[in-house]
Amino acid sequence: MPPPPRCGAAAIRLPFPIPYPPMLRFLLTRAGLVVPTFLGITVLAFFLIRLVPGDPIEVRVGERGIAPERLAELRHAMGLDQPLWKQYADYLGNVLTGDFGVSLVTRNAVIDEFLSLFPATIELAAAAILFAVVVGLPAGVLAAVRRGSVVDHTVMGLSLTGYSMPIFWWGLLLILLFSVNLGWTPVSGRLDLLYYVEPETGFMLIDTLLAGDTDAFRSALRHLVLPAVVLGTIPLAVIARMTRSAMLEVLGEDYIRTARAKGLREKRVIGLHALRNALIPVVTVIGLQAGTLLGGAILTETIFSWPGIGKWLVESINRRDYPALQGGILLIATTVIAVNLLVDLLYGVLNPRIRHAR
Amino acid sequence: MALLDIRNLSVEFTTRAGTFRAVDGIDLTVDEGEVVGIVGESGSGKSVTSLAVMGLIPEPGRVVADRLSFAGRDLRSISGSERRRIVGKDIAMVFQEPMTSLNPCFTVGFQIMEALKVHEGLTGRALRDRTVELLDQVGIPAPESRLRAFPHQLSGGMNQRVMIAMAIACNPRLLIADEPTTALDVTIQKQILDLLARLQRERGMALILITHDMGVVAETARRVAVMYAGQVVETRPAADLFERPRHPYTAALLDALPERAVGRRRLPTIPGVVPGIADRPGGCLFNPRCRFTATRCCGLRPELEPDDTGATRCFFPLPAHREVTP
Ligand SMILES: Nc1ncnc2c1ncn2[C@@H]1O[C@H](COP(=O)(O)OP(=O)(O)OP(=O)(O)O)[C@@H](O)[C@H]1O
Ligand SMILES: [Mg+2]
Repeated sequence: MPPPPRCGAAAIRLPFPIPYPPMLRFLLTRAGLVVPTFLGITVLAFFLIRLVPGDPIEVRVGERGIAPERLAELRHAMGLDQPLWKQYADYLGNVLTGDFGVSLVTRNAVIDEFLSLFPATIELAAAAILFAVVVGLPAGVLAAVRRGSVVDHTVMGLSLTGYSMPIFWWGLLLILLFSVNLGWTPVSGRLDLLYYVEPETGFMLIDTLLAGDTDAFRSALRHLVLPAVVLGTIPLAVIARMTRSAMLEVLGEDYIRTARAKGLREKRVIGLHALRNALIPVVTVIGLQAGTLLGGAILTETIFSWPGIGKWLVESINRRDYPALQGGILLIATTVIAVNLLVDLLYGVLNPRIRHAR
Repeated sequence: MALLDIRNLSVEFTTRAGTFRAVDGIDLTVDEGEVVGIVGESGSGKSVTSLAVMGLIPEPGRVVADRLSFAGRDLRSISGSERRRIVGKDIAMVFQEPMTSLNPCFTVGFQIMEALKVHEGLTGRALRDRTVELLDQVGIPAPESRLRAFPHQLSGGMNQRVMIAMAIACNPRLLIADEPTTALDVTIQKQILDLLARLQRERGMALILITHDMGVVAETARRVAVMYAGQVVETRPAADLFERPRHPYTAALLDALPERAVGRRRLPTIPGVVPGIADRPGGCLFNPRCRFTATRCCGLRPELEPDDTGATRCFFPLPAHREVTP
């Protein structure tokens, strides 16, 4: 983990000198980096899947076999008989015009499939990060305030365990415990089959509320809990550790002593004066979790049969659905980049020294 | 009765190298409205003493005293909430480093108002007006518009004025100014000291002015305590101290003042540094650096002995009628 940006005596050091107005320049620099990143992702998405043996048609026919003429015909129809560089160039050209192609399996536009499944993933990821923040932030603060105590060692020990937990194993463990043995939560899906709600927003919690169906809402919530916990575990561990170290640093600052010298309650000194400063590096770290989260979503969705992007991507790999995969990866990467830009903006909002020109 | 009454105050820190007495049996009294100067080199325990009064010694530190009372209340035994009612209201402190002593994430207005809200219960318009008035009193131009400034947008001198405004916000009876000018440049230093002196006079509050600069206390303090390695080595009225220092350390500090070295080619300095945790000598703590060290100074530790105008911690105090110039 890189050392946290500091908010304190030594001030924030940016990776480049900034004559103001900083925010604009900052964003332009970031935007400039986006182009090569995108190119890199298209290359990876395109070539990696082609390294996997078997093309879409071979995978589809499987053991049955297919006549060589028919195979050639289908390959031609899908453009797979073209030289690789030509295929890539066509793909890149299409992407640049916003065309992500058509799924080889379902014949639907990739972008439509993506958008219809995306809310499920976002809902899961948002619930996971909410869980991670709500538990991780106070845990980190508590560990810092009670540094060296049993509480501190417990929090740090648990977070190290959580961080090292393989998602697959952790998910199955929780399913065994809560779904199979205790029967508290459902094993898979987003909603009991008993219920049907019109997909207005694609977010099950919101849609069930919009439909005014509280039973369905409760069902959706119970479906969401376990996957959110599984997906949120690693971010939780990272946030707890980061919060602890940021708090420890801030608690040693002069202005904390000043706050105490004013006769403020310890609750206010820690919860306002210290936490407000410690949040700056913590928010950055939360933003960096966006990538981890979407990566983890692929596994989590597969374990819990959560009908989102992750599960869809895994199925696309199995079917060698090249356009779906390429489009899906690119769109996910776009999301991660957008989230990171957003976090950079938030960083400026949180840190007055970046927000204001002198 | 003295406003602040300290008897035999010690502060110990336990470090890996052992127990370290940063403050070692200090006596200090401050009367209502009095200005007392505490002088001493870096590391002599001035800040630790004032933090002990504020109840701000960080965790493993241990504070012991025979008496530690403020306005008749025993600061050793009061509860946390009682202490919070005194600290920040009746006793306030201005710190050494204005740039790091203000919270970078909050506006100066917010940070001043906070004290007023907590101790005086002010809100709304009254709170705002009082804050503007305070900023005006400490000489901040265009105070209205400064309410929303962040500390990084102000200079060191301005930030120190904000710190002072914050400290005097609730009309403290005792203000502790811990080297309030050390981090500022010379022209600003004078302004801040004048400001403190003016506020002290106008409000009649007691002031402990901590500094390592003898020249600063000469102009402001009525009484001076000289600290060395956690102990008071000499204390007496400022006029007497400057005229006839009795402790060799005080004399050496005075000799180091530029205005006393007229006609000399080089400013005399005191060789060596204040002993820290590992190198405290036996006997008198000043003996490795003293020009008059005798055998006795290395074996026994002198007590603070009262004399006609004050007290000195030295076996061989300088004669009362001689200037110490070699
Ligand atoms: N929290 C602490 N833990 C251990 N030692 C400490 C602590 N705070 C201060 N000390 C030590 O106590 C001694 C006195 O420190 P103090 O800050 O009071 O000096 P000072 O007279 O204020 O000096 P300066 O002019 O540099 O401010 C120093 O040797 C310092 O290292
Ligand atoms: Mg100090």
